[in-house]
Amino acid sequence: MRNPEKRKTVYLLIPIAVILIGYVLYPALSTLFESFQNKGAVTIANYTDFFSAKTSSNLIALWHSVYISILSVIISAIIGMTLAFIFNKYNFPGRKLFSGIAIMPIVLPSLVGVMAFMFLYGEAGLVPNAIKDLFHLKDIPFKIGGITGILIVHAYTMYPYFYMTVSSALNNIDPSLEEAAYNLGAGRWRVFWEVTFPLLTPALIAASLLVFMVSMASFSAPFLLAGGYRVLSLQIYFSKMNGNLDMAATQSIILSVVSIAFLLFMRWFQNRKDYRMANKGIGAHQSEVNHPFMKIVMVTIGAIGMVILLLPHATILMMSLVPQGAWTWQTYPTKFNFENFVLLFQDPEILHPLKNSLVISFIAVLGDFIFGMITSYVLVKRKFIGKNLLDILVMIPWALPATVVGMNLILAFNHASVFSLGKILVGTFWILPLAYFIRFIPLVVRSTNAVLEQLDDSIEEAARSLGAKWFYTFRRIVMPLILPGVLGGTLLAFVQAVGEFPTSVLLYTLDNRPISIEIMNQLRMFNTGQAAAYGMIQVVLIAVVLFISNKYLGVKSENTL
Amino acid sequence: MSSVSLEAVQKTFGKTTAVNDLNLTIHEGEFFTFLGPSGCGKTTTLRMIAGFYYPTIGTVRFNDKDMTTVPPEKRNTGMVFQNYALFPHMTVFENVAFGLKVRRLPRADIRKRVISVLSKVRLGHYSDRQVSQLSGGQQQRVALARALVVEPEILLLDEPLSNLDARLRDDMRSEILRLQREFGITTIYVTHDQVEALSMSDRIAVFNFGVCQQVATPEEIYNKPANDFVAQFIGETNVMPASLIYKDEHHAVFKLEPAGQKIKVKKTNCHISQDKGHLALSIRPEGVNILKQHCEGDNIFKGKVVFIQFTGALFHTHIKIDKHLIIRATQLNTEANISFNTGDDVWVHLPQENVRVVPKIEVTANA
Repeated sequence: MRNPEKRKTVYLLIPIAVILIGYVLYPALSTLFESFQNKGAVTIANYTDFFSAKTSSNLIALWHSVYISILSVIISAIIGMTLAFIFNKYNFPGRKLFSGIAIMPIVLPSLVGVMAFMFLYGEAGLVPNAIKDLFHLKDIPFKIGGITGILIVHAYTMYPYFYMTVSSALNNIDPSLEEAAYNLGAGRWRVFWEVTFPLLTPALIAASLLVFMVSMASFSAPFLLAGGYRVLSLQIYFSKMNGNLDMAATQSIILSVVSIAFLLFMRWFQNRKDYRMANKGIGAHQSEVNHPFMKIVMVTIGAIGMVILLLPHATILMMSLVPQGAWTWQTYPTKFNFENFVLLFQDPEILHPLKNSLVISFIAVLGDFIFGMITSYVLVKRKFIGKNLLDILVMIPWALPATVVGMNLILAFNHASVFSLGKILVGTFWILPLAYFIRFIPLVVRSTNAVLEQLDDSIEEAARSLGAKWFYTFRRIVMPLILPGVLGGTLLAFVQAVGEFPTSVLLYTLDNRPISIEIMNQLRMFNTGQAAAYGMIQVVLIAVVLFISNKYLGVKSENTL
Repeated sequence: MSSVSLEAVQKTFGKTTAVNDLNLTIHEGEFFTFLGPSGCGKTTTLRMIAGFYYPTIGTVRFNDKDMTTVPPEKRNTGMVFQNYALFPHMTVFENVAFGLKVRRLPRADIRKRVISVLSKVRLGHYSDRQVSQLSGGQQQRVALARALVVEPEILLLDEPLSNLDARLRDDMRSEILRLQREFGITTIYVTHDQVEALSMSDRIAVFNFGVCQQVATPEEIYNKPANDFVAQFIGETNVMPASLIYKDEHHAVFKLEPAGQKIKVKKTNCHISQDKGHLALSIRPEGVNILKQHCEGDNIFKGKVVFIQFTGALFHTHIKIDKHLIIRATQLNTEANISFNTGDDVWVHLPQENVRVVPKIEVTANA
């Protein structure tokens, strides 16, 4: 090779390729092969089974998954966009506070959020029962469950995707574009539909894509709320629990195909047009709300919204303070203290899952940190053939639903292979760190890509021409400059890993069970206080991390998705 | 200090040829400029000398040493980037010291040399500032200091002034030149600005479409352009396609195309072998005389003033000779010249010693 730079690229690529092929591609292919296996023969029997009318449950589940996902996108879009417009286009007292509160759902890990909704609006929920007592009704007026329950939880947890992307897009629109349209004689309505809205397209596409994929993959909400309602991600879990690995693999493949098809469709849709702003926006203006009546209306709506949005957090906090046995048959809890938190330090059995989660997540994101930084560097700064392929490989764990990632690992590592160094990984401690590591590769790589793309090539070239070798340059120039971004992404991966449920439920063992599994166990034992205490720890952890990344690492909240 | 020679250098990116068959020698201590429009291959050539690209074919030598595939960190060149490429997480001092630290100099030496170079670029008091606190011109000087402090064999400057405003650009031009003379360092300067090139360089290489069109001193480039591209790119000129109809030992007579006016040219101005394809006549606007009355003589044509622009020191006048030919003339703002208006009939005189015959190059590549 005439070019030593190319040689360096190859040296960097080899470990990246080995890891991606061994732990992303090979497991995915294992699932694909398994889906064509039936009683030891290669056949398409599983697929005919899936689509046959006699076991219609799979088809129904598939339909339900798609149906819920589409509805989730629509509902979240309506809520998120409306709020984004109100908070970014109008100025009224409390605007800043309300807009800060509006993103609060993101500090609730999905499982904890679902738990809060059950406590609040479920069969024995606080809200329905309070209304019942308040108006002396015979029965509770409503409860959530089944499809409405899932949709409500989805809307609550996913509208921030729309809210955040649309807000940031609105702030990036150069106000002179709208002013130019007004100046040319367009009315408010026309300006909105012909200038503002089209410019929001990329934001809306990105958010729709996210919500759709997250809904397709959603596991906690259906798991706790679905009742008899079948969705595909749950079906995979049940098939696996019944030992029907072939069918679980087939269901995984079909769920992945739908998710990825939607992803590709959105990519295609977005690439039809160029929406890039010719120059950067210079801070959007807000129109002042002056009419006193409108002002009161706005503030009231904001306040009510705030209560609804924070109720789940408050519930988790309150529940975590209810000691075991203080809320059994009573409608409302009777006693509050810190017993659940104190027990964490007294009872090693209770501390154990928390420790597991922290240790496993730490190992996993340490791997993500190193691997993500190098991979991102190679992707952004190096030229080589097959870059698109590498990019796709890196994004696979993001495009695949978590349940599928879990299944892939089961099918790849329930027997010895080169990549597991000749050992069976399923059933050992190491399968969970591996699963978390794979799950959060895309997050770390993408947050690193964002900072590396900002880093002009000439900075690195300047160091090289001043005599610094590649590694010295990387260590002293590139690393310090991108570290905040990488660290931000890694911290985020860490808190998400601590709350990770869908892969954990497929892969945990008694010894390495993480918090999310223990929350389920505690709920099953009706030990709600302890479950809520675990949840509360996660909420605080996430809040602290988001605060740190926002304040010190320059990570914008909209980049955290 | 080194000389640089490029021998039959070619660089292709995929299917596009960025630089084609380039042969150049840059002498020791010379201020050498690559001049050309954007995308002409000048920056690519500079980056091959810096080591960021390796030529597809050909050899790069410093003195007599083959440097073609030596990595950038082993070339000992100092480069100043268009956007300065200062390390944003370091202070001015740390930026300048970087190259010395890499070379493992003792701390005391580093300190001494950094302080000395910072005072040379007049930034002595700024050494503890973060680079983001500096103005554009100051950042520029930090970049220069950082490149100079390692005592490079060759100083490479990639459009260093293009991000500065006009006034600052003038100051930095003389600043760079002052430093270059002081350090006596071989300097290669890339620019698309002809004024910079003409005013700073010892020699200039003019590039277009990856091909070097002419290498010469600024005066030669301006007065004796090698072809119509060079004539048009540097300064203003009137280019008229023409063909030879007659020559003797002192003069040649050309016929303009397509209208057929005959123009007499001094033989010394057309040392162009005429079977080399199409020819053109070039005359600078300041070489054109405008006459208010008809005079007898060679190269005098009647025309109509169609446009006058006053820029202070100068008048720019466009005179339409016929529907194919408009001659641009530039005159000093002296009283004798201001007495005609748009629409006036005038006579244009193209003095034969001011007309230059150049080959017309076929523009084949797409911009």
